[in-house]
Amino acid sequence: MFHLILFLFFGAICVAGAVNLLVQSHPINSALSLIAVMASLAAEYLLLGAEFVAAVQVIVYAGAIMVLFVITIMLLNAGKEERTKGSRVAILIGVPGVLIGGVLVAWTLLHRSDMQSVPIGALRGDPRAIARLLFHQFLLPFEVTSVLILIAIMGAVVLASPPGAVARGPRKDEG
Amino acid sequence: MPHQNTKDISLSITTFIIISIIKSLAVVSVLLTAVAYSVWLERKVSARIQNRWGPTRVGPFGLLQPLADGAKFIFKEDLTQPHVYKPLYIAAPIIALVFAITSISVIPFGNWVTVGPWGTYLQITDVNIGLLVVLGITSMGVYGIALAGWSSNNKYSLLGGLRASAQMVSYEVSLGLSLVGVLIMAGSLSLRDIVDAQGGVFWGFIPRWNIFHGQTIAFFIYLISAYAETNRTPFDLPEAESELVAGYHTEYSAMKFAMFFMAEYANMVTVACLATLLFLGGWHGPIFGPPILQALMPVFWFCLKVFFFIFLYVWVRWTLPRFRYDQLMAFGWKVLLPLAVANVLVTALIVAWRA
Repeated sequence: MFHLILFLFFGAICVAGAVNLLVQSHPINSALSLIAVMASLAAEYLLLGAEFVAAVQVIVYAGAIMVLFVITIMLLNAGKEERTKGSRVAILIGVPGVLIGGVLVAWTLLHRSDMQSVPIGALRGDPRAIARLLFHQFLLPFEVTSVLILIAIMGAVVLASPPGAVARGPRKDEG
Repeated sequence: MPHQNTKDISLSITTFIIISIIKSLAVVSVLLTAVAYSVWLERKVSARIQNRWGPTRVGPFGLLQPLADGAKFIFKEDLTQPHVYKPLYIAAPIIALVFAITSISVIPFGNWVTVGPWGTYLQITDVNIGLLVVLGITSMGVYGIALAGWSSNNKYSLLGGLRASAQMVSYEVSLGLSLVGVLIMAGSLSLRDIVDAQGGVFWGFIPRWNIFHGQTIAFFIYLISAYAETNRTPFDLPEAESELVAGYHTEYSAMKFAMFFMAEYANMVTVACLATLLFLGGWHGPIFGPPILQALMPVFWFCLKVFFFIFLYVWVRWTLPRFRYDQLMAFGWKVLLPLAVANVLVTALIVAWRA
């Protein structure tokens, strides 16, 4: 019971943060709302019994990635965004699309007979179990993902370097 | 949920809540006292290093100085500049202090103690991912500083905030990696298990602490990164007074400034506790004497080791000059990080070879 109340509480914070992220006009407020979303998601994972995922969620997303977001916003000193009326296409197609999608998901979840609800805290998500999965069962996908991230980093370096610098190689006057 | 101890489950829910409240109050008040007296220690030790007396007027040896400082901070005028972004300007010191104090919640101070019919671990809560919880909470503390720098709307503050966040994010990598060796040796993320794995001695006299057990390099990497994480000299560039006035807290006065100050010292205490637990064997030490003394000795050893680290902090601050910013970044990424990775590799290979 206590678990359920907490779960709903953090769920409400999560949704409120997500809505606030869209409503706020200042980028730094949006970034902070995103942090609130990440942190409340971590609390939800913790309540579901996945404590390792919860800790990693906080360390990686809230503690590292969002810090870079905030640094970027601070560096660019981004001001308030300008209000627009929004495109008519977004309203005409987007709102019904969201409604239809939500109804479909709810209907599927309620009417599939082979699905059953799992009590809160029933799944054990300790580091040992996750490590077994990552390094035995899903070793190849895990390693391939790391290569994917490496490629992304290299792409970022190439894009950020001045034109021609990559072809010339490292500058001699540095370090 | 955090895993419950078998010993805790036997308690009724009311007893559990009462014991938890008592433990939280006790730990927080001890932490805040420790914070106040680290400031006193810092002033005293720095004075002795510079051949001065330090605080002497308020109480014997200036021991009541922290109280006087607190009263001064409360009664000073709390200036809020008109050009600041108010919501975040007010929230920033609160964020910094809250996360600095919360991170103490999973730190164990000693073994199981029994008082009458009730027993508890000397720890607010035992989580099986305790170390990750501390890292997660301290990584959130960076927002307090970054937002303070940005919301002050002042170029010195902004530069200080930027420096602080870049430095803390960079050194968090080597700090985290320096801990991996310890984790491999202990095979657990629970701080209590890590301490328990360090009991006993080699050859009858050298304690089996991780610092003497193959993790010496990791210990020094941790120590250096911890200084950078807490923005202490020689890594105190975020508040380098010769370049940035006072860095991220330039625009803060009275209690808001005091909150940043307390957060910094609370972080120092947490980092010292972690170093004690992970590398210096936590509460392990020689235990002797009558039963009451035997019950208190572990806590005494723990506090003594934490005190040693705080003293070391002060000592280093008045010994080493400040780094230049590019040196700081180059040192973090080109020296500490490869060393930490090498330490992880070698530790993993040796543990795998022995297994």
